[in-house]
Amino acid sequence: MAVQNKRTIFLQRLVSYAVLLVFAVISIFPIWQIVNISLRPGNQLLSTVLEFIPSNATLENYVRLLSERDFFVWMGNSALISIAVTLSGVALASTAGYAFSRYQFIGKKFGLLTLLTTQMFPATMLLLPMYIMLINLELINSYIGIVIVYSATALPFCIWTMKGYYDTIPPTLEEAASIDGCSPFMTFYKVILPLAAPALVITALFSFMTAWSEYLVAAQILQDSELWTLPLGLKSFEASMSTEWGLYGAASLIVMVPVVVLFLLLSRYLISGLTLGSVKG
Amino acid sequence: MSSRKWFVAALIAPAILVMAFVVFYPFIYNVFLAFGNMNLSRIRDWELVGFRQFVKIFTEPSQPGFYVIFLKTVIWTAANVFFHVVIGVFLALILNQHLQGRSAFRTLLILPWAIPQYIVALTWRGMFNYEYGSINLIITKYLGLPAVEWLKSPTEAFLAIIMTNVWLGFPFMMVIALGALQSIPHELYEAADIDGAKWHQKLRAITLPLIRPVMIPAITLGVIWTFNNLNIVWLVSNGGEPSDNTHILVSFVYKAAFNFYSFSNAAALSLIIFFILLAFSLFFMKKSRATEAAY
Repeated sequence: MAVQNKRTIFLQRLVSYAVLLVFAVISIFPIWQIVNISLRPGNQLLSTVLEFIPSNATLENYVRLLSERDFFVWMGNSALISIAVTLSGVALASTAGYAFSRYQFIGKKFGLLTLLTTQMFPATMLLLPMYIMLINLELINSYIGIVIVYSATALPFCIWTMKGYYDTIPPTLEEAASIDGCSPFMTFYKVILPLAAPALVITALFSFMTAWSEYLVAAQILQDSELWTLPLGLKSFEASMSTEWGLYGAASLIVMVPVVVLFLLLSRYLISGLTLGSVKG
Repeated sequence: MSSRKWFVAALIAPAILVMAFVVFYPFIYNVFLAFGNMNLSRIRDWELVGFRQFVKIFTEPSQPGFYVIFLKTVIWTAANVFFHVVIGVFLALILNQHLQGRSAFRTLLILPWAIPQYIVALTWRGMFNYEYGSINLIITKYLGLPAVEWLKSPTEAFLAIIMTNVWLGFPFMMVIALGALQSIPHELYEAADIDGAKWHQKLRAITLPLIRPVMIPAITLGVIWTFNNLNIVWLVSNGGEPSDNTHILVSFVYKAAFNFYSFSNAAALSLIIFFILLAFSLFFMKKSRATEAAY
């Protein structure tokens, strides 16, 4: 009996590891593809050989990307837009989320439901009216236009996350602070906000990623190539008659690595924010 | 007391102002557009024409027609969410054991979620290339099968976008399921062991019912996200190629709005999508709550 038990446990582990290994390989495969393509020398871009690291690997693509293309311009544009979206997202969500969590006011329930409902809007439902609006206001090809659209997309999720997190902070803290003579604003700013740091990080990360990785809205609003963000620039490598795979690979890797590392580091918090937001609804 | 009221107003006003400007106003504008006849040549002198756009969408045969695209959207959503949940829960169950290198595997398996979606889409599009794409290279060299025209034939192209999105979406469900599994008290399994329960009995009687309350909202969210997933469909199929055969509703609206500039038509379609999702969410949440009470 005991022997058989040991054997089934061993077998179970073996199968578990095999399954995990298969899925890990599947998960990494496209990333390995990007690395591989970015290292290929110009004459081997359209190779039909599968090698782990291409023979005579070279950094030529990276050099060309950084010296011959507008990569730094795109990165600067993307950074500017993303930081603007992040700052406005954090400022608006941290205050509104606090009000939704702690105070009763007319239209509170309606407000929260509306925030949830916006998640069901197809992207086009806000994009098209805003696009026409931006045409009428002559804000096409301007950063103000795109920052407004991105903030609108990210805000509902951010407010829900902040509200969910504030809900977990006991209100006795505020009572204690008010007995000590703190005004509501000082209580919020000095006591509650520091405690909500993890949620602020999530809000910031989510806002930043919304702007950093967005292609379809940018493609309509930023038509002037000097204003292009990274996604538009990367897509342009593929849009021309023959795809410049080497440059695309190098650019993707540079764009991807910081975002992926940040995401992996913060994923635990991101998930708790998501479940707080959805379960408590 | 009144200073408190001012404080609340100051907290909420900026967000409400922004939301009013970027959510309410566009939404109402979209409703008006849907009942109007705006397109690129009539951007300033358009007028309300009633239900004309809706009648057109539901009755006039067009290429591709509304019902065909709707059917494709349902298949797309069902296939994706099904595989996301099945693969996600399956991997979560495996990861929930005491295995060495567990957190390393967990990190590797989250990777598809961490990469920006447009990079995922463009990279997979490259991998589906007929001659040089790695998927066909694997199929022909290691499996000895004939190469597949992934991006040029309608069915295969549709399959390609589904495969890309399944790859991208399972980590979300896995992570949610893993969180739910870890909150199940161990005593339940010990009690079941004492009673001599088999693994599938434990799965059916303990695990699945207990992760259900967490999975239901996640699945609802998954359906909404997948139904509205414009990025992957648009970028992998390069705007519906071959010849508009790979559209789901939302990508078709994007095309109607920004390639054909038939703004009112697109606005009407957007509204239809919204009401489909609203009806689904209300129905699904209500139904799952009703069955929950029966447990």
